Amino acid sequence: MTMERPILNGQVWKFPENINTDLILPGRAQYFSEEEQKEVVFEANRPGWIREIRQGDIIVAGRNFGMGSSRPAARSLRNIGIGCLVADSINGLFFRNCVNWGFLALECPGVSNTFNEGDQAAVSFEDFSITNKMSGEVLSANAIPDSLLLTMNAGGVLPVLEAEGLISEAQV
Amino acid sequence: MGMTAIEKILAKNSNQASVKPGDLVVVEVGTAILYDNNLIPANWRNILKVKHPDRVVMVFDHRVPAKDIMSAQAHSTGRKFVKKFGIKRFHDVGAEQGISHVLVADHGYALPGTVLVCGDSHTCSAGVFNCAARGTGSPDMLYAVTKGETWFKVGETVRYDLINNLSAPASTKDVILHIANVYGDHATMNIEFGGPALPNLSMNARRTITTMSAELSAEFATFEPDPVMLEYVRGKNPGVEFEEQYPDPNANYHRRNTIDLAGIEPLVALPDAVLNNSRPAAELEGERIDQAFIGSCANGTLDDLAVASDMLGGRTVSKHVRLIVTPGSQSIYRQALKAGYIEKIMDAGAVVTNATCGACGGGHLGILSAGETCITASTRNFKGRMGDPDSRVFMASPATVAASAIRGSITDPRNIGN
Ligand code: SF4
Repeated sequence: MTMERPILNGQVWKFPENINTDLILPGRAQYFSEEEQKEVVFEANRPGWIREIRQGDIIVAGRNFGMGSSRPAARSLRNIGIGCLVADSINGLFFRNCVNWGFLALECPGVSNTFNEGDQAAVSFEDFSITNKMSGEVLSANAIPDSLLLTMNAGGVLPVLEAEGLISEAQV
Repeated sequence: MGMTAIEKILAKNSNQASVKPGDLVVVEVGTAILYDNNLIPANWRNILKVKHPDRVVMVFDHRVPAKDIMSAQAHSTGRKFVKKFGIKRFHDVGAEQGISHVLVADHGYALPGTVLVCGDSHTCSAGVFNCAARGTGSPDMLYAVTKGETWFKVGETVRYDLINNLSAPASTKDVILHIANVYGDHATMNIEFGGPALPNLSMNARRTITTMSAELSAEFATFEPDPVMLEYVRGKNPGVEFEEQYPDPNANYHRRNTIDLAGIEPLVALPDAVLNNSRPAAELEGERIDQAFIGSCANGTLDDLAVASDMLGGRTVSKHVRLIVTPGSQSIYRQALKAGYIEKIMDAGAVVTNATCGACGGGHLGILSAGETCITASTRNFKGRMGDPDSRVFMASPATVAASAIRGSITDPRNIGN
């Protein structure tokens, strides 16, 4: 099976280390619909930010992005239009959720020191490189095994299970 | 090179002779725990096939009894699922109700040497039973339930050797706050706990440590097996066989540190973060609080209720403080009733709620308004965790929380007179 390996270009938004899932998707919104959940992303630490971003923008962050809970916070970042996440490191549980909800994400040690907010970035899932188009600097991210990239890029694990006849759309 | 305990568990369950950090392993899932947050329409799908219904546990815990229409719907979806696939281990609202991680301990669902997954981040709690237990996402759980397997990336392991004894009122909550303060996060890494202090630590006390390891961003947190743990698990699972996994003597650790329990004093994490963010309770004395909470999967055990009742017995909660106490399971609640703890806690002025996650996750039963300050013996104090983003949450042990509720401001429990 050949796999599509996306290359993304977008404007960078910077976030510090240890961004937690309660900030991305507050607990009070856990039982909201996917649409409603989009409205509260980063409401505590960056109120109004979701109105500033454009489709395909890129988040560059410090260590341990997505620490905290198992809530579908990666899906919310995908739904608000973030093209991908590149962080010095990504929390293990959050990375699982990136794979499983189909949100493109890469770990790239040192990336947070290489970008300023507003820079343009190019992120390649072909060779796992990150380029700062303002400074020309190129970094290499940790490669993602094909099996996980396939799921991440195919919209997550649910379409896979559906294709195998194991689940269907929710019917309550 | 030898393997750590978690590496041996992952090797065994992926049918390999050995694994090493960096490997991606596909493992058989021994226990899959579903809970109410999995069941909301945005997360749930119609499940057509369950690989091993006898390996599935269904728990309603975050919002029980149903607090709104959405939780009621989630619960009825869960009831239908349980009926459709004949799931026997089902914890509905009632006598067997409780927080999933607490029920795993109460019922001995986590067998040493096996893999346990649940869509909640504090699932690492069950690592106390030498189990490869970790929180996953909702889609992960649909995968585990339908296919009977899951994947993990093997991380490096940090080993902590616990030595000497705690001196009460210092507790294992203070131990984990100390580790978070000194060593910071353990992202991408596993933690293994062991050492000569183990025999003097109850299973409840140990479980606070593995549960709170979620706050260290650890992948897996496991205890080395010892007779106390093995006896506990065998008592809950008579006749059931399992193979606990000991670390090899030449196991390859990322680092190895000794934690001297005798040197641990009551600590308090300041609002918004647990990592590198605690101070001795004594230094924060005088910080006024509006609410105090004792409960959660980390500190809703019978031991914790005993500590609260000792501290509160014959004393009263400060007039301007709401003290909310939420047992980890209805079974713990009943035991605490019989032991007389609940009466003392209530006589002091606390509100005791039914077993649920409740205020811990900011879901119900004690949400904070803007500008309020809470001290909590739960798991997490992220900004907005327990209510309005402009509320502040300090975190400490049940003893420190109870002492603070009495005084109306943060208090070192050693300063409440005998
Ligand atoms: S008690 Fe708190 S930390 Fe534990 S499972 Fe419930 S919400 Fe999560």
